[in-house]
Amino acid sequence: MRKSSLLVVSIAVTGALTLSACGSRGEKKAGDDASGSTVVTIGVDAPLTGPLAPLGLGIQHSAELAAKIANDTKEVPGVTFKVKALDDKKSPQEGQSNATALVADKTVLGVVGPLNSGVAQSMQQIFETANLAEVSPANTNPALTQGEKFETEKKRQFKSYFRTATTDAIQGPFAAQYAYNDLSKKKAYLIDDKKTYGVGLVAAFQKEFTKLGGAVAGSDHIDENNLDFSAVVTKAKAAGADIIYYGGEYPQSGPLSDQLKKAGVTVPVMGGDGMYDPEYINKANKNAEGDLATSVGAPVETLDSAKKFVADYAAAKYADPYAAYGGYSYDAAWSIVQGVKAVAAANGGKLPDGARGKVVEALSKVSFDGVTGKVAFDEYGDAVNKQLTVYVVKGGTWTVAKSGTYSG
Amino acid sequence: MHELPQQLANGLILGALYGLIAIGYTMVYGIVQLINFAHGEIFMTGGFGALTTYLILPSGTSLWLALPLMLVGGVIVAVLIAVAAERFAYRPLRGAPKLAPLITAIGLSIALQQVVEQFYPGAKSGRSFPQLPGGPYVFGPITLQPADFYLFIAAPLCMGALAAFVGKTRTGRGMQATAQDPDTAKLMGINTDRIIVIAFALGAAFAAVASIGWGLRYGQVSPAMGFLAGLKAFTAAVLGGIGNIYGAMLGGLVLGVAEAMATAYIQEVPGMQQLGGGSWANVWAFVLLIVVLLVRPQGLLGERVADRA
Repeated sequence: MRKSSLLVVSIAVTGALTLSACGSRGEKKAGDDASGSTVVTIGVDAPLTGPLAPLGLGIQHSAELAAKIANDTKEVPGVTFKVKALDDKKSPQEGQSNATALVADKTVLGVVGPLNSGVAQSMQQIFETANLAEVSPANTNPALTQGEKFETEKKRQFKSYFRTATTDAIQGPFAAQYAYNDLSKKKAYLIDDKKTYGVGLVAAFQKEFTKLGGAVAGSDHIDENNLDFSAVVTKAKAAGADIIYYGGEYPQSGPLSDQLKKAGVTVPVMGGDGMYDPEYINKANKNAEGDLATSVGAPVETLDSAKKFVADYAAAKYADPYAAYGGYSYDAAWSIVQGVKAVAAANGGKLPDGARGKVVEALSKVSFDGVTGKVAFDEYGDAVNKQLTVYVVKGGTWTVAKSGTYSG
Repeated sequence: MHELPQQLANGLILGALYGLIAIGYTMVYGIVQLINFAHGEIFMTGGFGALTTYLILPSGTSLWLALPLMLVGGVIVAVLIAVAAERFAYRPLRGAPKLAPLITAIGLSIALQQVVEQFYPGAKSGRSFPQLPGGPYVFGPITLQPADFYLFIAAPLCMGALAAFVGKTRTGRGMQATAQDPDTAKLMGINTDRIIVIAFALGAAFAAVASIGWGLRYGQVSPAMGFLAGLKAFTAAVLGGIGNIYGAMLGGLVLGVAEAMATAYIQEVPGMQQLGGGSWANVWAFVLLIVVLLVRPQGLLGERVADRA
């Protein structure tokens, strides 16, 4: 008796779940809502929890700000933008399932994200198949746009993928030139976290550094789940390098720098945009002084175009700061807004059927003055803005050491 | 090879840390045959307990004064959580098939991690931990940090205290009896429930001591720190012979040294360049475990236990 009632309950529950799943699948397609305006969703995929959450939340809020401003100023007449943010926990698997979820929502006409190059790899094909535009504010691995053989034969990988950040093929050499020419460092010890971003960045640095005449004192990798770097630190110390170059992100490089300095390695640690975050200085426990990081673009606070962004962001009172990629995320979201605007304008002010594919096409032609400077994409989907900045930790904060445009 | 003494020291310090956590695994297993996979998270809560204690002390308190209080705070938090886990998650399942408490343990470990991540302010990206002043101290080829001394002192001290407790006190003898045969021990008038709670509490206390060592050494505590540390400590416990408290310490030290050596030297073996370096330390740690289990399944110090009838 008891068994059969259990059976009934379980059938009922399963049935209800199936029904509700069916119900949610048919969701409103990019159609008119009650007020007569069309709702367009900008998807966001970034790590919203875990150690990289400060960066991810900055991306989410900056995209929200772009949507808000577009709505307030009626940038696209008859269209209301909203943001749907999904958490990828910096994992390629999560990113992939988020991509599927965003594709399934018919109101999504463009996606901002992800943060990690390794996550992007798992999402690109899904967006490509669905003809849905993806604009990353932070991926720097060159292979994402130009293919694995980007050094010899560049080939566009996915026509739906764009980014507002510049690539490691530029960031690595820029760092190497600064280390060799400006800091007169001749012997580098290279460490990476064996992930897509870190390995690519270190390879790009090494190539330029040795070309300039620098030597590689040794190299090692760390496991991003470990916090004990003592064995690697001891090797780096014995190698006697005058600079340590790290490819990876601040949750590891902060403690790494701390452990290096404590072990008596007094040379600076240098890294890429994955290291350029205030958390890096916290995690290094006051041992980050003199450490360097390159980051894409010019410092947001110094650009005239960015002052309005900083003020608007402050006025919107988000719980988290815009972090390293805020400006790029705003520009990424704004490029999608511009894409939607162009598509609607070409269709008499209404969004046509198959708007997704048309947004992808429109994106390759967008051009506007954004928060981070001129925003437009080249034939690979890369940002045309090739500006980079070297930051150095001075007095416990990141300060600008040199800002410039990379030129071969 | 001139870095060998330093690498040995690195390995021993890491090993002391693993050993301290492993004691909790080994004691609980020895008495209730339960692998408490939530032990790594109990270790983590100890670290957050100590950090909280430090934060509620008036700022500017000397760390020499704060450290004993942090120890007390960390131990209290970890012990409370361990005892509550035993009472509400494991005791109701005593006598159930062994798989049931094991699954509960894994669930509990994920739950604890999520709770700290969601509710402890700023825990998402890890909180920085106060640092001992002074150092580094250079002894010939070896450089040591103040935090290393903490671990070098805490590990033998805890071991000695535990050995004395188990060997010399009534409760300790009760633990031995319960470990040998819980049913007969009960018939002899031993309150086995109390003994089990004490085993959980002691293990948690050592884990808390270890987590402060972790915080001092790595400068931070994070909700995720318990996962890999717990897995390594479990490995250390099995390596030493699970159920044997000296084995836990020895297993920890062996594991720590093995990791340091693997990172430093496997790359230099011809043909092994691809299999060395820091990213392979975990792999070699678990390879070592498999080898020991194949050659000596009872672990380094374990005795071959006759199957209980």
